Amino acid sequence: MRYPVHDAGMRRGLFILQTGNFMAFDTIDRTAKQLVLTVQDYSLFAHRAVMNLFRPPRYWPEFLIQADIIGVGSMSIVLLSGFFTGGVLALQSASTVSAFGATAITGRFVSLTMIRELGPVLTGVMVSGRNASSMASELGSMVVTEQIDAMRALGVDPMRKLVTPRLFACVTMLFFLTIVADAFGILGGAFVTIFMNHQDGPQYFSMAWESLRYPDIIQGLVKPLFSGFIISSIGCFYGMRTSGGTEGVGRATIQAVVTASVLIIVADFILTRILLGIF
Amino acid sequence: MNAPATPGNNPAADLPPVVAFRNVSIAFDGPPVLQDVSFSVAPGETRILLGPAGVGKSVLLKLTNGLLRPDQGSILLFGEEISHMPEEQLFPLRTRTGMVFQEGALFDSLSVRDNVAFQLISERIPDDEIDTRVHEALRFVQLEDTFALYPSSLSGGMRRRVAIARALIRQPELLLYDSPTGGLDPVTSATIIELVMKERDVYRTPSLMVTHRLQDAFTLCTHRFDEEQNRMVPLPKGQTDPNTTFLMLEEGHLIFDGSLHDLIHSQNPFVREFLQ
Repeated sequence: MRYPVHDAGMRRGLFILQTGNFMAFDTIDRTAKQLVLTVQDYSLFAHRAVMNLFRPPRYWPEFLIQADIIGVGSMSIVLLSGFFTGGVLALQSASTVSAFGATAITGRFVSLTMIRELGPVLTGVMVSGRNASSMASELGSMVVTEQIDAMRALGVDPMRKLVTPRLFACVTMLFFLTIVADAFGILGGAFVTIFMNHQDGPQYFSMAWESLRYPDIIQGLVKPLFSGFIISSIGCFYGMRTSGGTEGVGRATIQAVVTASVLIIVADFILTRILLGIF
Repeated sequence: MNAPATPGNNPAADLPPVVAFRNVSIAFDGPPVLQDVSFSVAPGETRILLGPAGVGKSVLLKLTNGLLRPDQGSILLFGEEISHMPEEQLFPLRTRTGMVFQEGALFDSLSVRDNVAFQLISERIPDDEIDTRVHEALRFVQLEDTFALYPSSLSGGMRRRVAIARALIRQPELLLYDSPTGGLDPVTSATIIELVMKERDVYRTPSLMVTHRLQDAFTLCTHRFDEEQNRMVPLPKGQTDPNTTFLMLEEGHLIFDGSLHDLIHSQNPFVREFLQ
C-alpha cells in the first residue's frame, strides 16, 4: 500500500517507521529460525549420544571417571541442600498447621514433598549448576584449543569418548543423588521437628513412612532420569558448539546452566502432570 | 638456490597422489574462504603451503583429512573420495594420517605418555608395547624426559614436539603440519623444522605443511637430514630438495604451485610482494 507523502520530513519518518518494522520482523524471523535450528541440532546431537550406547566402542573408564565427578563430587551440595530444605519444610508446615492443631502431619508433609517434588527438582538444579557448567566449559575449552579436532584427527569419535559417558554417568548418578537428597531432606525435617519444634520424633518418622505409596516413590525416581539427561545433554551440546575463544566458553557455560535449569523445571511440570494422570 | 626441482625431475610425480584436491571451494558465514582450489601431494612429496594469515591455510589442511567438508569439489585421500564420506568411515582413514596442530592441541588432562599414546590406547594395545613405542617417539623428538609430565608443565616448543611425537607414533602415511613453528623463537623453530626434515628424509613420509615463515620453508628446501651426524646439513650450493615444493594462497585462490626455483622467479605481484 502506498501513502501520499508530500512532506519530506514525513516521508523520512515513514521510511524510518517502515525500516524499523522491517528490522523488527527480520530480527524475529532470524531468531525463530535460529531457535528451530538449535532445537534440530540438539535433537540430532542427543539422538547420536544415546545411540552410541548400543554400538561399540564404549569407553567404560570414562564412564567411571564421570560417575565419580558427578556422583561423588556433587554429594556434599546435594546432601546439604536436601537437609536444609527438609528443615525449612518442617518449619513452614509446623507454623502453618499448628493453627489447626495438626502438627503431627509434619512428617507426612515433609516426606511427600521431598520425595515427589523437591528432592528431584532441587537435586537436578544443584547438579545442573555444578555439572552442566563444568561439562560446557570443559568441552568448550577443548573445542577452542582444537583438542576436539585433534581427537577426531587421531581417529577417535569425541561423541563416543566424551559425550556418551557423561550422559550415561549423569543419568545414573542423578538417580542415586536424588535418593540421598530425599533421605537427608527427611532427616532435616526430623531435626527441626525434634530439636526446634520439640515434637515427637517416632511420630514424625511413622507419619513420614506410612503416608508414602509406591506411586509417590516412582514419581520421585522417574524425574531424575529426565533431569540427568537434560543436564548432561545440554551441558555437552553447548560445550561442543562453542565458538569465539575464551569469551565463547563463558557464553556456552552460562547458556548451558540457564537452559538446563529452566528445562528441568519445565520437564518436572510436564512429568508431574503425566504421572499424576497415570497414578 | 636455483634449482633443478621441477615437476619433470620430481621422482614422486608419476605415482598416484596421496592427496588430491579438485576444484574445492568452501565458505562459512560470508565470502568464500577457498575457491576452486586444485593440487595434489604425491608419495614422498613435501608440499609447503604459504600465504599470509587468514587466507584459509588451516582450513585447507582440515579439509585434507575430513575435519571440514567442502561446499564444492572433491578431495581424494589415499585414493578415496572423502568430501561426502560419513564421519564413521572417516575415522579409520584419519588414523593413517598424522596431524600437528597450530598450538599442539595436547589433551590437558592427560600426561605426555597418554597424549602420545592416545591412538594406541584407543586400539587397546598392551601397556608394555605402548610404553616402548612412546619412548621411541619421544626419543625421536628428543623429549624422553617428559614421559610422565603433563602438558601444562611444558614450554610452547616442547608442546609442539610432543604433538609431533603423537602424530608420528603410528607411522602415518601422510603428515599434516599446521604452522608448527608459529609463535616460537628462532632456535626452537629450527629444532621443529629439523624434526620435520628428519621425518621427510628418514621415513619419506609425504606431508603438507602450512607456514607463513619463508625462512622455515627455504630451510626445508635447501637442507637435508644427515642420519650419521643426527642433524640437518645444507645441500650443495645450487641444489634443492626435489620432493619439496610450494603452494601459495591469496584470498582463497591458489595462485602458485611449483618448485622453489619457480617461486623465486615468479612474476606474480602477490608472490613477489610476499617474498620481499
